Amino acid sequence: MQSLSVSKFCKRGLLLTLTMLLAGTSYAQQRDFSKVKIEALRVRDNIYMLVGEGGNITVQIGSDGVLIVDTQYAELSDKILARIRELSKGPIRYIIDTHHHGDHTGGNAKLRAAGMTVSGGNVGGDISDAGAGAQIIAHENALLHMTAPPAAGQPAIPSAALPTLTYFTPKKDLWFNGEGIRIIHQPNAHTDGDSIVYFRQSDVISAGDVYVTKTYPFIDVPNGGSIQGIIAAANNIIDLIIPVYGQDGGTLVIPGHGRLSDIGDVINYREMLTIIRDRIQDMIKKGMTLEQVKAAKPTRDYDPRWGTDTGFWTTTQFIEAVYKNLSTAQGK
Amino acid sequence: MNLFIRGVLLLATAAGSCLLTPAAFAEKNIAGVWAGTYGEDWPDRFPGPELGDYGGLPINDADRMRALTWNASLIALPEYQCRVHPSDYANSFADIRIWEERDPITEKLIALHLQHFAWQTRRTIWMDGREHPPEYAQHTSMGFSTGQWDGQVLTIHTTHLKEGWLRRNGAARSDMATVTEHFIRHGDVLTWTVVVNDPLYLEEPFIRNRDYRYSVDNQVANYPCDSVVEMVRAPGYIPHHLPGTNEDVKIFAETHGIPYKAAMGGAATMYPEYVKVIRSLPVPAPR
Repeated sequence: MQSLSVSKFCKRGLLLTLTMLLAGTSYAQQRDFSKVKIEALRVRDNIYMLVGEGGNITVQIGSDGVLIVDTQYAELSDKILARIRELSKGPIRYIIDTHHHGDHTGGNAKLRAAGMTVSGGNVGGDISDAGAGAQIIAHENALLHMTAPPAAGQPAIPSAALPTLTYFTPKKDLWFNGEGIRIIHQPNAHTDGDSIVYFRQSDVISAGDVYVTKTYPFIDVPNGGSIQGIIAAANNIIDLIIPVYGQDGGTLVIPGHGRLSDIGDVINYREMLTIIRDRIQDMIKKGMTLEQVKAAKPTRDYDPRWGTDTGFWTTTQFIEAVYKNLSTAQGK
Repeated sequence: MNLFIRGVLLLATAAGSCLLTPAAFAEKNIAGVWAGTYGEDWPDRFPGPELGDYGGLPINDADRMRALTWNASLIALPEYQCRVHPSDYANSFADIRIWEERDPITEKLIALHLQHFAWQTRRTIWMDGREHPPEYAQHTSMGFSTGQWDGQVLTIHTTHLKEGWLRRNGAARSDMATVTEHFIRHGDVLTWTVVVNDPLYLEEPFIRNRDYRYSVDNQVANYPCDSVVEMVRAPGYIPHHLPGTNEDVKIFAETHGIPYKAAMGGAATMYPEYVKVIRSLPVPAPR
């Protein structure tokens, strides 16, 4: 019975998470965050995973200060900051946004304000506040989505929460706290502005929402997401991973949502996505309509683990997204 | 010798015996090397189960679909070649070693460690009353295990398992499963009962028993494994069968004269009375 309750726990977490994903600000406005606890799980010597509500946060600490990947919701920033301060008193120097969704970037402004950017020379002389606030790094497309006109009834994202340093190349590298950190763009996966963050010495990957363990991945098609891109991202993560003998360790992966993982979990995720992709692709080749594909239930063996019929992102919506992806010239 | 002196000697002898005799503990000692014993289950355990043989597994429809679309070529992919059998299945293969970890001062049992021959996997069974980690902690092939002695029976509860196999012919066990195990020692024989509770892929708990014999002369061999590229495949290729296209899964039933339905498993196929059902089902033409 315990495992059943764990399963229900995961599903509930999923529904909550997915509800937050696109709704972002409106969800945050409605939600009571007072009971949310921010838990810290030590992943490696100086790497922690913070779990609360919204996307997982990665925290790297060291003599240079603090680097964090994703920031959950603004309403949780004080609790997040308090938890980070239990891990390190050093300045927050960098925030990396894996993508633009509100459940990963909502805390940008407050956490940025709690930190400071390394600045000096003519920049420090010419711009008096150049060192104020942590640097926020993201792929350029994430910034473009965050600065796009907001949906009706939604407020614009404040400038203090926007990325301050973007990249448009396949990767961007940093050296911080004694290790190389590679930020890798994953084109057209969860969105078109996804980054995964690879801590090379710690041997930890912070994957963002291209890899999740609770449910079928949310494919944000309107913002450039695709099933092919998510599968490619999973394959890229697997390529980066070097497992220990027995595969219960080696490179560890912090998912956008869900539990700490290693290669076995990512392989299962990739396998599930590839098989479902192949099935729906075969049905499309046979000329089946979307309704016929849905009726054929191409995901039914994976639904007990990954699917849901309620909430923001249902199994049906996942199938629809995959079908639409694969029906386009790009998806084929 | 007077009675007083005799009494003193008797007490001294008794005290000496207490010093020389091992203290009596509530738990049994199961440390040592244990050799697997085999009978009619040999073909299933070592050569491996046949494709399409899911009889006796309480799998549900979803897991049956996993099994029927599974392609054995999957395990030829480099990242699958050295995947270990999970702790609820690894006891099916050859010998095991069990050793104790005790507090050096109090001799209190902290943990039992168990090594399987298969893939040389090692697991820890915590006996010190610690709690299981939160759900968001890492899952592993061995899982997180805690144990306690219930009289003469060691009972183990395991969570945090990765997805694994119920039987290595495609029948999956989900990563939401929990496992209860019982170790019972009868002299030189050790019985190990595994109860798999999988709310996602099982209609009822799946129970598997294995017997071992205490081994004085043997050790558990090592089990090296190196992944290699065995054939050139397109990047990202995952071998599998599209639903309804796998004809290979019929071979088992046709070869052995077993009704297709009986070979497809389900909770009912675990019970002796299912024999009556089998007799009422059509038998496929022999292959």
